[in-house]
Amino acid sequence: MTPTGMLIDVRQVRKQFRSRSGTYMEALVNTSLSVDAKQFVCIVGPSGCGKSTLLRMIAGLETASAGAINIDGVSVTSPRRDIGLVFQSPVMLPWRTILKNVLVPAEVLKLEPVAAKRRALELLTLVGLDGFGDRYPDELSGGMRQRAAIARALMHDPKILLMDEPFGALDALTREAMNLELLRIWQASTKTVILVTHSIEEALLLSDKVAVFAPRPGFVREVIDVPIERPRSAATRSDPIFIQLAKRLRGHFEAAPVAATA
Amino acid sequence: MQNRLSALLDRYGPPLLGGVVILAVWQFVPTLFGVSKLLLPTPSSVIGSLWLLFDRGLLVENFVITLVEALVGFAAGSVSAIFIAFLVTRSLLVERMLMPYLVGFQALPKVALAPLIVVWVGIGVESKILIAAIISFFPVLINAIVGFSTVETEKLDLMRSLAASRWQQFRIVIFPNSLPFIFAGLNVGIVLSITGALVGEFIGADRGLGNLLLQLNLNMDISGMFAVLLVLAVLGIILYGLVRFLHVHFVFWAKPDIRSGSN
Repeated sequence: MTPTGMLIDVRQVRKQFRSRSGTYMEALVNTSLSVDAKQFVCIVGPSGCGKSTLLRMIAGLETASAGAINIDGVSVTSPRRDIGLVFQSPVMLPWRTILKNVLVPAEVLKLEPVAAKRRALELLTLVGLDGFGDRYPDELSGGMRQRAAIARALMHDPKILLMDEPFGALDALTREAMNLELLRIWQASTKTVILVTHSIEEALLLSDKVAVFAPRPGFVREVIDVPIERPRSAATRSDPIFIQLAKRLRGHFEAAPVAATA
Repeated sequence: MQNRLSALLDRYGPPLLGGVVILAVWQFVPTLFGVSKLLLPTPSSVIGSLWLLFDRGLLVENFVITLVEALVGFAAGSVSAIFIAFLVTRSLLVERMLMPYLVGFQALPKVALAPLIVVWVGIGVESKILIAAIISFFPVLINAIVGFSTVETEKLDLMRSLAASRWQQFRIVIFPNSLPFIFAGLNVGIVLSITGALVGEFIGADRGLGNLLLQLNLNMDISGMFAVLLVLAVLGIILYGLVRFLHVHFVFWAKPDIRSGSN
């Protein structure tokens, strides 16, 4: 079985994609990562380093070409229902109200409707969308839609929350607010979170552990612990440890020209 | 009050004026150039024929018959088109079995089947319903297939990540997502279904507006034929309006460019 408390174990994973011309492209090589229960882990790296692919494999949406991914000691071969997924875009169904969107996992998992609705309303309050349940997605701002997507990911009370650049499409101010919001939500719900991001600041502010990815083919270059006290706030950014770690992380990307986009 | 009046005038004034001009030209110009009223009846005589047909009880009954034929045929054609589209997009085997024949059949002008169908099914309303169904089937089928295959992968990933069944994926995401496309097909199909019902009535029927049109034609009652054309236009507007109403009601969420059904 897995060592104490270890929840997600990615071991020596490789992922190849077959291109249209028939040649193989390596997306990930020798990738290992372990995440403890209730930990908040960020994956940082430039575009095209396979970090989203890794997330999709943990979610069971893709299978690894080699290596193993275990959750709670069980090999991941298909999607599991104890995972909540948040995409880069909110992926709202525009014909459903916000409340009905949040209820989608309950509908799929056939949860008891009355209790599910009560929980959905609680989650909307948790993400700061109290009273917006009857609105349609196109009546809300991008940030609000992304909050609804987080509420939806929490609907079926999953153990694990996987977030793929969830705030990438938001402006800097909204993004900062959403980071702090996410910390609050995470502390209130105690989930295990893996969050993929381009942003070093975002990664350090949120996580217990940061995995730095190198591109083409992607692999984990370094995993660093973030020993900054919680609860964290906007002021965390001026914490000496934060500044020191940010410098160290940036060093990884300055070596490669792609870092300019990070 | 003044404002509301000017707003009304602004909205309905130009089209009304246009109508009056067209009617006036139609009423007086042919006489000036010596066109026979027998060949091109004036608007006033068309109105007269309309009243005459109505008075003889020919209008309402035939109107209802053609309306029912078109509507029932349209409903049957659309529902089966959506069902076949579902099968074709769900199963690669069904797609490979059916698609070549559907494409081939699609290339055939469907009205060419009408005489055969009247022979097989008879001169009653059933043959008209069948022709209307076949002719409205294809635009709905093609659009439904496109609609069922055009889903953002992220929406499907969301469903797959919850281990949703294929039926759940269809019911919760794929079907509602395809409605803008399906309605683009329905908008075309409803108009074609009227054509289908009329063609059927031309070939062999004892009732319906198409039958009435043929009878008036045999009597060289051109004015009466114009009156029937007018009624057919009303029929078309009613049926198209019905589909349009459902369209706006169910696809309220789509961006206007999708709603108008660009595909």
